[in-house]
Amino acid sequence: MIATQTVKRRRAIRRGPGYVAGTILIYLFVIVSAMLCLLPFLHVLAKSISSEALVAARKIVLIPQGVTFSAYRKIFADPSILQSMFISIVMTVVFTLLGLALTVLAAYPLSRSYLRGRRTFSFLIMFTYYFAAGIIPDYLLMSALGLLENFWGLVLPLAFSPWNLLIMKTSLASSFPESLEESARIDGANYFRILWQIVLPLSLPILTTIGLFLAVGRWNAYQDALFYIKQRTDLRPIQLKLYYLVITASESFQSAESVVTVQTNPDVLKSACVMFATLPIVCVYPFVQKYFVQGIMIGAVKG
Amino acid sequence: MKGASPVSPNLYRKRRVGRPIRTYWQLYVMLAIPMCFLFLFKYGSYFGLLAAFENYKILKGVFGSEWVGFQNFLKVFAHRRFGDALRNTLLLNVLDLIFGFPMPIILALMLNEMRQKATKRVSQTLLYLPHFLSWVIVGAIAYQLFTYGTGVVNDLIEKMGGERVPFLQEDTHWLISYVVIGVWQSMGWGTIVYLAAITSINPELYEAAVVDGANRWKQCWSVTVPCIKPTMVTLFIMRLGQLMGGSFERVIALKNVATTEYTYTIPVMVYDMGLLSGTSKIAQATALGLFQSVIGVLLVIGADYFAKSLGEEGLL
Repeated sequence: MIATQTVKRRRAIRRGPGYVAGTILIYLFVIVSAMLCLLPFLHVLAKSISSEALVAARKIVLIPQGVTFSAYRKIFADPSILQSMFISIVMTVVFTLLGLALTVLAAYPLSRSYLRGRRTFSFLIMFTYYFAAGIIPDYLLMSALGLLENFWGLVLPLAFSPWNLLIMKTSLASSFPESLEESARIDGANYFRILWQIVLPLSLPILTTIGLFLAVGRWNAYQDALFYIKQRTDLRPIQLKLYYLVITASESFQSAESVVTVQTNPDVLKSACVMFATLPIVCVYPFVQKYFVQGIMIGAVKG
Repeated sequence: MKGASPVSPNLYRKRRVGRPIRTYWQLYVMLAIPMCFLFLFKYGSYFGLLAAFENYKILKGVFGSEWVGFQNFLKVFAHRRFGDALRNTLLLNVLDLIFGFPMPIILALMLNEMRQKATKRVSQTLLYLPHFLSWVIVGAIAYQLFTYGTGVVNDLIEKMGGERVPFLQEDTHWLISYVVIGVWQSMGWGTIVYLAAITSINPELYEAAVVDGANRWKQCWSVTVPCIKPTMVTLFIMRLGQLMGGSFERVIALKNVATTEYTYTIPVMVYDMGLLSGTSKIAQATALGLFQSVIGVLLVIGADYFAKSLGEEGLL
């Protein structure tokens, strides 16, 4: 007891007032930064569920007043938004599964040091990461392949990503040593069986990470949809829909009957839309955060 | 690829001999599927680059159009808005680099000093959040907050006796907002890499520093910073590669009709010429895109070379 007190005091003496002031400043800076990340979000959330009159009078800062969900009800009454949400969900799911399959299929062979031509393949893959053909050649290719105005044009081209491959390859090289593979070979397993029964179960955590990278990336991106989906409005992902609705305001809301003009403060509706499109991510985000961090760290070790 | 294995090259070769291809041909079958995707969608795109050197006609296609050499490049460089686009691209990205690059490092160093686990974890969760929002969402939120007429930040400024600021509706203010929003979006996420690098620092270094009488600031400056320098260099090189590009999504989500001075960047110009204004300028747009890509690659190679000549590890 006495000993700990002495230690504490000694520490307190060594860490003088400058230390305490420094600590306070650090905490202050970090907490303020963190708040800056949260508050804009809360503001939009508060607006989206407040009564229109109060929003129009600019009374809403962070706390919702006159709580109403009418804006959300309007969103659910707009078939085009629901359709976009549906497309986004299907697109993200298919894209993620395909991306995972491609990543594993490339990462497993390339993580084996005995594979002949490994460096050549890796170079061919990483080259495309540093040297992109550009918007127009991509567009010409999509056009040539008939993938314009096509659901698969949003899924196929970006599914195989060099960066994810690098993470997966690095992870596999250390988590699945060649000696372990050798013993499976001696037991008579072929490589497909090793992939299915050993590599996949073994790399479940890193697969989760990469799957999340793929899913969030696909969910948030809208550049390709902006280029490739012009006429087929039913194929617009939610982010592109939002772009037209909120950013360029070139489109207005449709109600189910479409003759009735929607009498809503645009700010409330826009806020509700933003929340609606972000909700899926914000809901899963706290639970998956650690997986993201894991993946980044593997990438960082590789450099 | 680079982390040279401690195994001697001879042993390496022996292993190779020990495992002939015919025993593991199945691995090549697996690899073939993603490679098909790569060749179709990435290398397939490279054919489109031919259009940059042609009098490209949609109907004749990339392989049938007339070859004109570097004419398209000259036309683009002489375009009356090329200078603007080049200036804006460099301006936005250099500002982004100056303000966006150090911020994660500062935050990571500060997070590293936080001993209160709970506060630290909650702060990190909140700091990562903006990274998960698409640029459309970020743009929408920005306009809700900063609009001249109805933005809540302006309301608050006015309430406190200040004057309303056209954060997003005047060119110079827009430029500042663009940079600040970018820093806001990426600062938290950027800390992860540095925190990872910091955790791998040998604690004995700190003990030695303490024995030498180093205070916290000294420890940070003389131990932590030098230890995460390789990470900083790597990330810096990667960001240099984007100096000529930058996020198209970010610019178009934040731009509006009132502020066109700084929003006309090279990616926007490529999009305008190639996909918005008919098909007559596709070749020029391709040339511009190729110019951008080549400069990007040169910047990465140059920065890598420079870093290596300074004794850093580099990237490639």
